[in-house]
Amino acid sequence: MSERLLEVKHLQTSFFTDSGEVKAVNDISFNLDAGKVLGIVGESGSGKSVSAYSVMQILDYPGRIKGGSILLKGKDLTTFTSKEMEDIRGERISIIFQDPMTSLNPVFTIGNQIRESILLHTDRNKEEANKRAIELLDLVGINEPARRVKQYPYELSGGMRQRVMIAMALACEPDILIADEPTTALDVTIQGQILELIQDLQQEMGMAVIMITHDLGVIASMCDEIIVMYAGTICERGSADDIFYNPHHEYTKGLIRSIPTLRKEDERLVPIPGSPVDLLNMPPGCAFAARCPQAMEICLEERPGEIVVGPGHSAACWMNVKRFMEMSDPTRSVGATARKES
Amino acid sequence: MTLDTTPKGSMNSTPLVEVQNLKQYFKVRKGMFSSVDLKAVDDVSFSIKEGETLGLVGESGCGKTTVGRTMLHLLKPTGGTIKFRGEEITEKNIYDYRKSMQMVFQDPYSSLNPRMTVSDIVGEPLDIHKLYKTRKERDARVQELMELVGLNSEHATRYAHEFSGGQRQRIGIARALAVRPEFIICDESVSALDVSIQAQILNMFKDLQEQLNLAYLFIAHDILVVNYMSDRVAVMYLGKIIEMAETNDIVQNATHPYTQSLLSAVPIPDPETARKSKRIILEGDVPSPMNLPAGCSFCTRCPVMTEKCVNELPPLVDRGNGHFVACWNQ
Repeated sequence: MSERLLEVKHLQTSFFTDSGEVKAVNDISFNLDAGKVLGIVGESGSGKSVSAYSVMQILDYPGRIKGGSILLKGKDLTTFTSKEMEDIRGERISIIFQDPMTSLNPVFTIGNQIRESILLHTDRNKEEANKRAIELLDLVGINEPARRVKQYPYELSGGMRQRVMIAMALACEPDILIADEPTTALDVTIQGQILELIQDLQQEMGMAVIMITHDLGVIASMCDEIIVMYAGTICERGSADDIFYNPHHEYTKGLIRSIPTLRKEDERLVPIPGSPVDLLNMPPGCAFAARCPQAMEICLEERPGEIVVGPGHSAACWMNVKRFMEMSDPTRSVGATARKES
Repeated sequence: MTLDTTPKGSMNSTPLVEVQNLKQYFKVRKGMFSSVDLKAVDDVSFSIKEGETLGLVGESGCGKTTVGRTMLHLLKPTGGTIKFRGEEITEKNIYDYRKSMQMVFQDPYSSLNPRMTVSDIVGEPLDIHKLYKTRKERDARVQELMELVGLNSEHATRYAHEFSGGQRQRIGIARALAVRPEFIICDESVSALDVSIQAQILNMFKDLQEQLNLAYLFIAHDILVVNYMSDRVAVMYLGKIIEMAETNDIVQNATHPYTQSLLSAVPIPDPETARKSKRIILEGDVPSPMNLPAGCSFCTRCPVMTEKCVNELPPLVDRGNGHFVACWNQ
C-alpha cells in the first residue's frame, strides 16, 4: 500500500484556560489520500477548526497539542520545530480562512501578499513572482489580473477577496488545501462561485482538500469522505450517501432532521433538544448522551469507540453495538462486553 | 402609481400591515459639499395578513434589514407609507403601535443589555407601556412569558451572559412578546445559531404563531429557512422587491433570473439532488448601491439582459395568482 498523504492519529488538542482545560479536540483520527476531498462538519465548538489549526500548528495561546501524531507523508509534524513548520505551511499545506475581510493585510497590495509566499518558498525573483501572482489571479477567475495585483484589499468585494485568499493558498501548489468555512461570510450566489472554483482547482491540480463547514449543504456534493464532529470527538464518518441516507449516530440523524429543505410538504423540523455540551465539564460517557433521545445507561458512563457499520462507514454510538449484539446473540447485555474497537 | 400587492382572495379584508412605496435613502458624503443618495430601500410595497408569514430574502446589502427597521420607525422613512390595520403609522403615533409591532434581532449577544437581569429585560416593555398595576402582576407576566418561550422561571434573576446563544434568542423573543404584539419582525433571528438550535427556535416561532395568531415579517438570507417559515416570499435585490409569490410558487416557478440563480446556488443538504442540480453561476459582482444602473439593477449580472433592461426600470407586475415579477424578459 502506498504511503498516506496525511494521517492524523489520536490527536488531542486542549486549551488550558484559567477556568480549566477545554478539550477542544479529544482523540480524533483520520486519513487523507492524495487528490481526495475530506469534509469535516460540526456545529460551533465541535473542534472542527481546531483540528485543522492543529495540523497547521497555528493554534492560539493557550491551545496546545496534548497528544497524538500528525503524519505528513510519514513524517510527524508534531515533532517539527517552528522553523521546520514554516517550510510546511504554504508550501505543502495551505489554509483558507472564513473571513476574507480580516485575513488580508489592509496596508499591502494583494500582489505583495501573494508574492510573499512565492518568494519565501521558491527561488523565483521578484519579477517572476509577480508574473506568477498574475497567473494565479487569472487562475482563480479575477478579471484584469495585471491591474488587480496593484490594488489593496479594500478595493475588492468579499468574493474577490476570498479568490485572492485562494490564490495565495495555491501559490506554491500545496499537497493539501484546508478550507475553513471558506464561504460562510459570503452571499449565496458568491458562495456558489467559490465552491465551484475550489472544486475545479482541486480536480485540475489534483491536490487533497479538507473542507470544514457547519453547513451540511456545502459538503453534500463535493466530498469523498465526511466526518461529523461533536464536542471534540468524531461521531460518524462515511461517504456523503452514508451520512445523509444511512446515518448511524443519533447526532448525525438529529442534525439532518434539523435542516430545512426546499421540499415543502408541511413537514416539521425535528430539532435536537437541549443545548451544546459544556466543554469545560465533559461527561465521562458519550458527549451527546445528554441530548440523545436513545441514550442508554452505558452512554452516560463510557465513551463509545468507533464501530464499523459498513464499508468505509463507522459511527461512535453504543446503539450500533446494541443492534449488532441483538443480531448475533439476543441474550447478551451491552455494557458487559462492548469494548473500544478501532 | 400605487401598486396593489394584496394577494387575490383577501381583497375584502384589510391587511394587518401594509407597506406602500416605502423608501429609505441614506445621504453619503462625497467630498465637502456634495452628497449622494444611497437608495437602501426604493419603492417597496407589500402587505401581510393576520397570522401570515411573509419571508423577505436577499443577499447582504439588499436592504432587507432596512425595510424592517424603517417599518418600526427605527429609521425615519424617506418616503412611502406604513399602515397597521388601515391606520397610517407616523412619527407621532409609532409609540402606541410598538405595542402591536415588535422586533426580534439577529445577534442574541449584542441585543440584550449585559447589565440587566432576564426579568428586567423581559419586563422592560411592560414598564414602558405601563401594562401592569401591581408588582405582582408584572412578575406573573414575566414568568408567563418565560415559560412561553421555554425558559425556566428560576432563570429570571440571571444575566444574559449566563445563557447560550439559543437561550438568549428565547429571551429576546420573550421581550418581543411582552406587549402582546400582533406582528413581529424577525430580522435574521436564527442566523447566528447552530443548526440544531436553529431548528428549535424556528419551531418555536411556528408554535407561537399558532397560539397567539401572530403575523411575521421573516427577514433572512437563508432561503431554506425562509422557505420553511413563510406563506409567501419576497425576494429583494438592491433595495427593490424583484419577485414575490406564494412560497411553493417561488420554489417551483421562480421567474426572475435573479431568483432562479439564487435558488440554484443554495447548497442543498442532499447528495442526490446536489449531484443532479446545476448551479447558475452569475458573472460579475453586485453594483454599488450609490451608483445604480438607470434600468433594472440586476442588468449587470443578468444572463438574459437586453438593451431595454439597461435603460428602463421594470415594474413589479402581477403575473397571475399573486405572483409578482419585475423583469422585462421572463
